[in-house]
Amino acid sequence: MAEATSEVQGQGASASSSSAARRFLKATELDTRMLGMLGALTVIWLGFHFLSDGLFLTPRNLWNLSVQSASIAIMSTGMVLVIVTRNIDLSVGSLLGFIGMVMGVTQTEFLPDLLGFGHPATWVLALGMGILVGAVIGAVQGYIIAFLGVPAFIVTLGGLLVWRGAAWWVTSGRTVAPMDTTFRLIGGGPQGAIGSTWSWIVGLIACAALVVSLVVSRNQRRKFHFPLRPLWAEGFLGTVGCALILGFVWVVNSYPWPSGIVRRYAEENNIAVPDGGLFIAHGIAIPVLIALGVGVVMSFITLRTRFGRYVFAIGGNPEAAELAGINTRWVVMKIFILMGVLVAIASAISTARLNAATNAMGTLDELLVIAAAVIGGTSLGGGVGTIAGAMIGAVLMQSLATGMILLGVDTPLQNIVVGLVLVVAVWLDSIYRKRVQ
Amino acid sequence: MEKKTPLVEMKNISIAFGGIHAVEDASVDLHEGEVVALVGHNGAGKSTLIKILSGAYKRDAGKIVIEGEEAQITNPRDAKRYGIETIYQTLALADNVDAAANLFLGRELMTPWGTLDDVAMESETRKVMGRLNPRFQRFKEPVSRLSGGQRQSVAIARAIYFDARILIMDEPTAALGPQETAQVSDLVRQLKKDGIGIFLISHDIHDVFDLADRVVVMKNGQVVGTASTKDVTEDEVLGMIILGKCPPGAVPGPGALQSAAAA
Repeated sequence: MAEATSEVQGQGASASSSSAARRFLKATELDTRMLGMLGALTVIWLGFHFLSDGLFLTPRNLWNLSVQSASIAIMSTGMVLVIVTRNIDLSVGSLLGFIGMVMGVTQTEFLPDLLGFGHPATWVLALGMGILVGAVIGAVQGYIIAFLGVPAFIVTLGGLLVWRGAAWWVTSGRTVAPMDTTFRLIGGGPQGAIGSTWSWIVGLIACAALVVSLVVSRNQRRKFHFPLRPLWAEGFLGTVGCALILGFVWVVNSYPWPSGIVRRYAEENNIAVPDGGLFIAHGIAIPVLIALGVGVVMSFITLRTRFGRYVFAIGGNPEAAELAGINTRWVVMKIFILMGVLVAIASAISTARLNAATNAMGTLDELLVIAAAVIGGTSLGGGVGTIAGAMIGAVLMQSLATGMILLGVDTPLQNIVVGLVLVVAVWLDSIYRKRVQ
Repeated sequence: MEKKTPLVEMKNISIAFGGIHAVEDASVDLHEGEVVALVGHNGAGKSTLIKILSGAYKRDAGKIVIEGEEAQITNPRDAKRYGIETIYQTLALADNVDAAANLFLGRELMTPWGTLDDVAMESETRKVMGRLNPRFQRFKEPVSRLSGGQRQSVAIARAIYFDARILIMDEPTAALGPQETAQVSDLVRQLKKDGIGIFLISHDIHDVFDLADRVVVMKNGQVVGTASTKDVTEDEVLGMIILGKCPPGAVPGPGALQSAAAA
């Protein structure tokens, strides 16, 4: 087929040793920035593994890491859109606390009175209530930002105070617990994971989807006679992608239930426990599955829909977007509605995981979410950012936190390290961008 | 030609920004297949007047009539519905997305499933860019990485792709070299032949005489006068721009020097 016309202008200093690497990157069309981030993540993981004498890269730690990253990762996908349009949302942590309280009170006080205790619809009504509240609050904040012209920084700074106060107000500061048993599955734990068989099925479906998408996009490009990736590059992408997916499934399927829970489960189901103990794998945790689902949906929204295209156009040049006939204010308002919904989902995970709603929940989460998005390559100048990058950023932040806890680093020192990493990461990124330009 | 209904009439348009009258009681018209040049100093109100037609600004007074019927233009979407396309002086490109995304911004091609049809958009972009700038190959890169001329051709492609009836070109050759400028001139003549009405804003008086049928001179937000380029000389137009002096070959507007009109 037609070879891609190489029109890289001679940079003069191009060393011949790096030309193989460059050809490889050009053929696979991989994002070098994303590769760099995955490289950094690998270094961090190996570093902690080595320093902690092999405690980090264990199925148990990685499984917990994936669950702990889920809430921040979900919110960071929305924060990407917010920051891409040159806005900011400082209210997500407080909003998470407030929505958590609302969902907690809904399922422990309102619904039991209305439907009776332990009604099977309790969890879904509580979750729906949370999502509704998130969307309404997002809409109000978005309306003030987009249509009344108050800067997002101020509106959401106000929101940070308002919703934290409101979270206290719901029950006058009383912690709400315990949550509905079905609702708790959203938060993970041995029951809140889909088990090994389903994990393999999910993994295989994901692999199939990856291969199909590669084939479909190649056929589309061939139909219009566009330059194609070499076949070996397509094969490489498919193989590595599937290996990563199945590798992840293998890891989460290697983490067994704790022996106490296995014993109780065996007793309840009349299963004889063999001598070596019964091996029941966790599989993919439900919050992780939700986060991955959110990631896929949000990537689809940003890359394949009009709305996503407009978000990036507004970030690149708000005036041009307006002149092109885009209703920029409505787009911005929609972004904040979406952010509210994502906060509600994240809040459900946090609340379910803790099995309680407290008015302090989500404190400082806004900063972790913004840091994850920025480390993930979202530019505060607007117009640049990816969903996948932000989610990897969230995992990277959580890896640092988890790793330092494993090493027994004091909390103040942890904060110092995270703060420094954030600044250094953004500094390196700005150097990288200047060289690419 | 004189009796035919004009394609566009802007009648007694006024707009003020915080007490400053950027455009005051200005009237211009444009016929099918005609090129009307708007000339004047920086800050004379040319771009402002034209942004009212393209929907970027809301006028304070006056009306816009398109093919004999009063048009409601309050935002860029309205203007595009009337077939008014604009090439802005600033190009108005979203720098962070590629040429195809800019070309179809606000009017994306969709697949039957309601998702963006990027491949079809790239294909159309390749076609239209092939006409304007055959050597252009950088379809996958954000337009911020393109040269001035390439960016300009993206902006022009966007204006002509959607079958405009009325084309507004605000300094279309500002970023171009001599060869590309000649290409734009050819394009203007081609579009004129297709019956498109063109408002051309330019500082280059030679360009104006080369391309335009009529010239409208503005000064301090007012129209000094309107003239057919056959009836006036370049020096006379310069006199209109600098002094506001209306020569005998021109129809004086509200901004014409009163003593000159009396003389």
